Amino acid sequence: MRDRLLKVLNKVTSQPLNIGDEDSLFESGLLDSFALPDLVSGLEEEFSFKVPDSDLNPRKFDSVARIEAYLSEHAKV
Amino acid sequence: MSDRSYIHAFGAHLPERVVANAELASQLGCTEEWIEGVSGIRERRWAGEETVADLATAAARDCLRKAGVEASQLGLLIVSSGSAERRFPGPASTVAAALGLNATPALDLPIASAGSIFGLSLASHLAAAYGDVLVVAAEKMSAVIQGGALDQNTAILFGDGAGAALVSSRQGRFEVLDSVLHTDGAYRDDLTLDWGSALHMNGLTVILQASRKLPAVIGEALARQNIAPADVKQFVMHQANQNLILRVAKALGVDASLMFSNVSKYGNTSSASMFIAAAEWEPAPGPVVFAGFGAGFNWGALVARSA
Repeated sequence: MRDRLLKVLNKVTSQPLNIGDEDSLFESGLLDSFALPDLVSGLEEEFSFKVPDSDLNPRKFDSVARIEAYLSEHAKV
Repeated sequence: MSDRSYIHAFGAHLPERVVANAELASQLGCTEEWIEGVSGIRERRWAGEETVADLATAAARDCLRKAGVEASQLGLLIVSSGSAERRFPGPASTVAAALGLNATPALDLPIASAGSIFGLSLASHLAAAYGDVLVVAAEKMSAVIQGGALDQNTAILFGDGAGAALVSSRQGRFEVLDSVLHTDGAYRDDLTLDWGSALHMNGLTVILQASRKLPAVIGEALARQNIAPADVKQFVMHQANQNLILRVAKALGVDASLMFSNVSKYGNTSSASMFIAAAEWEPAPGPVVFAGFGAGFNWGALVARSA
């Protein structure tokens, strides 16, 4: 799962992910408000699931660790 | 009286003063290229002494002139603004008085960006009961920008202006086919403007939700009329940000050229933007879509057929 997640993140950010799992993707500048919808769409496509509107909370996608936790709970991995 | 409703004309008013990205960039410590890159905006208009009601009245008069309708014929006036100067009464009563109306009901819609799509949808339902309905949306966002400490990402976006639409049960240019409105108050704190405070916008949440909800509500309204997005002649949305407009086109699977845009010239004029855009467009005959999203969150879409 982690490799697939990082593949999606790399595609969206188009730059090396030199941050820790707990570091904020937003505060690090890797994700901005328009890259975030691309990340969510990319995850939905890669993991064949739909993030419901009620889960479209930036905090859920703020770090590699948080995305991993969300995918573990909701996606087909 | 017919249950059908028609949009007869759009009108607009933009203040004279042009504020280019270079002027803002020097104030905010960024570059004009960065502003255009993140928003698609090159310049916006700022009003000086004009109030929200002044802007609204000018757009109302422009719309009435284009529709060939006298103000005295109006059965209802709806005025949308999220930047009105006072708590109550809102600008609707001032606009009504400026138009010479002294008994016509005048209603305020203080919901900011989605106000024009909400007003247009409500007018399409109310025209059968009230007759000609004038919907006006006016915003003086420069007062918001200059009224408190704003972050760079927000200050670059907004401009001033007003737009209007005349809706009637009499046959006119655009026949309204359907409309869908939604509100989700779970996000009420993600985009706010309190009296005496700076505008607060959680940009990440706003864009994430708008990117999903706008294509969804457009698809919902079109599906109810069995119209495919590809068959729409043109879309005119709240002009929030060029990147968001393009994202909605992509999600709908339609060419970006179908999304009418003038955000580069006027910036985000909140609720006024959709009508200002509609006042400049000339869609081909066939289905057209109006859509908006804003604070609340409120969002909606209206499908019409252009004659």
